[in-house]
Amino acid sequence: MFELLGIPPQALFGQVLLGLINGSFYAVLSLGLAVIFGLLNIINFAHGALYMMGAFVSWMLLTYLGIPFWFALVISPLVVGALGMVIERTMLRPLHELDHLYSLLLTFGLTLVITGVFQNFYGVSGKPYPIPAALTGVMNLGFMFLPIYRGFIIVMAVIVCFATWFLIEKTRLGSYLRAATENPEMVSAFGINVPLLVTLTYGFGVALSAFAGVLAAPVYSVNPVMGNDLIIVVFAVIVIGGMGSIMGAIIGGFSLGLVEGLTKVFYPEASTTIIFIIMALVLLFKPSGIFGREV
Amino acid sequence: MSKQAETTNRTTAIHQSRPPSDARARMTRHHMIVFALIGLFVVIAPQFLYPVFVMKLLCFALFAMAFNLMLGFGGLLSFGHAAFFGGAAYAAGYAAKVWGWPPELAIAFAVLVAAVMGAAFGFLAIKSRGIYFAMITLAFAQMVYFYALQAPITGGEDGMQSIPRNALFGLVDMSGDGPFYWMVVVIFIIGVLFMYRVIHSPFGEVLKGIRENEPRMISLGYQVQRYKLLTFVISAALSGLAGGTKALVFHLASLVDVHWTMSGEVVLMTLIGGMGTIFGPIVGATVIVTMQNYLANLGSLVLIIQGAVFIVCVLTFREGIVGVIAKWLKTRL
Repeated sequence: MFELLGIPPQALFGQVLLGLINGSFYAVLSLGLAVIFGLLNIINFAHGALYMMGAFVSWMLLTYLGIPFWFALVISPLVVGALGMVIERTMLRPLHELDHLYSLLLTFGLTLVITGVFQNFYGVSGKPYPIPAALTGVMNLGFMFLPIYRGFIIVMAVIVCFATWFLIEKTRLGSYLRAATENPEMVSAFGINVPLLVTLTYGFGVALSAFAGVLAAPVYSVNPVMGNDLIIVVFAVIVIGGMGSIMGAIIGGFSLGLVEGLTKVFYPEASTTIIFIIMALVLLFKPSGIFGREV
Repeated sequence: MSKQAETTNRTTAIHQSRPPSDARARMTRHHMIVFALIGLFVVIAPQFLYPVFVMKLLCFALFAMAFNLMLGFGGLLSFGHAAFFGGAAYAAGYAAKVWGWPPELAIAFAVLVAAVMGAAFGFLAIKSRGIYFAMITLAFAQMVYFYALQAPITGGEDGMQSIPRNALFGLVDMSGDGPFYWMVVVIFIIGVLFMYRVIHSPFGEVLKGIRENEPRMISLGYQVQRYKLLTFVISAALSGLAGGTKALVFHLASLVDVHWTMSGEVVLMTLIGGMGTIFGPIVGATVIVTMQNYLANLGSLVLIIQGAVFIVCVLTFREGIVGVIAKWLKTRL
């Protein structure tokens, strides 16, 4: 076998794969944040906690009700999305007229409550979630062995990202949404129920995070703090990609995951900080983010 | 913020920023009374409270005041103040433990480290506003957290333990909590008076102006970015003062000090006490530290309660305790 810069190709491809998997989660999570930010102008701090909840709901469905992964992939985002809509209606709406920092603080408080509740009932140790039977095993790609489930994560993330992009950029519903982002008063004058649109958008963004959580359950252990540190990396991804940019979130998510994976190969000490360093550089040269419009 | 709310805010701010002279004298009198009460408290507190608890309280009160300078007076929500607090705690710990420095130098070193970090992060963060600013400061703080987790000098998961309290100026023994208590009190008083001075200086007035209407301050010829950066550095340095002192109080600097939950805690303290008030952060810190102290054995329930308090404050109690009291007394505290 050949060697690249003294790194065995197995290790290199292994880390690239891990990077892409992390990147898949970054992309789906930052996409949800971008969708919410676009219409509501708030940053949903609770995104990480809701991602954790998505994983936990899927674990509960399997453990208590015997509902398998495939159904959880649909049910869990619906459950968490519905909770998101309740949160939007009862707590975020009253803050809509105030400084958006209050919404950030509110969702921060929600993060503490949600994390605390799950810690209270399930402790901090992880719960294992088995890989669905149809996706176990590995595939021989010639240059490396690919665990099928890991490939599945990447494929699902790409599909969801593309579908969301299509929904927002190419459909009629998406055009309402984009119009409401630009000028909510005008859009509601045209007879579109903007408050409903806002609620649904928040629910959808939250459902995306729960979807990522369900995908994550079999590869990471399901535990109450699984989303806590992840969400801050995702914030950095959003700042790099450009706030509120759908494409920025998707491309930024995947490529930063990849960069992180490669850093693990070539300079492991920096692998946890590399994204923040890139963020600092982006802020230095293009404060609005790579795909962001100047504000 | 809606147009209407903004206008009312601005008018109240104008009314508040230029109180007539008798109102001003009344306000100053109120402040003196509060200072006297604080002074009385720190003197008699060790008689009926555990000194380490009071020291913790003073450290966090100082931390929250430093944070409030940015949020309450500058309108800048930093979600990364744990970086300065925790970073300084490690710095003080390292100076005292490895270099054997006396406490006053160890804390001074901690302040310096925090100020330098504040200058670096602030330089990049002030390019953005509002939510962006919060996210960027949060991300930088997380970088510091990961560094602390991995770096060999910080002790990783265990933290930096058994940090010694060397002799003050190389002369006075500080190892007992009794003498060290008074040192913490002196640090706290210096910090509070400094903050009071900053808030009531021309610099502080300009800062409030930036909070209320940044474009106008720019058009008036103020170098807004410089003011913001200096505020950031002052706030970071004072957070460092609190963090460095805290490391010596507990003989410990750990990952808890640099984690984002700490950044969130200081936001909560400021919010519950009343942001933009002078004494609010002290009250808020007292409430939260006391709560943590008495609920410590409830485990994760503390997290839930803290989160619930956060939500309730944001939804219904945005003025905070001191804000409400000040309204009753028709003064500013």
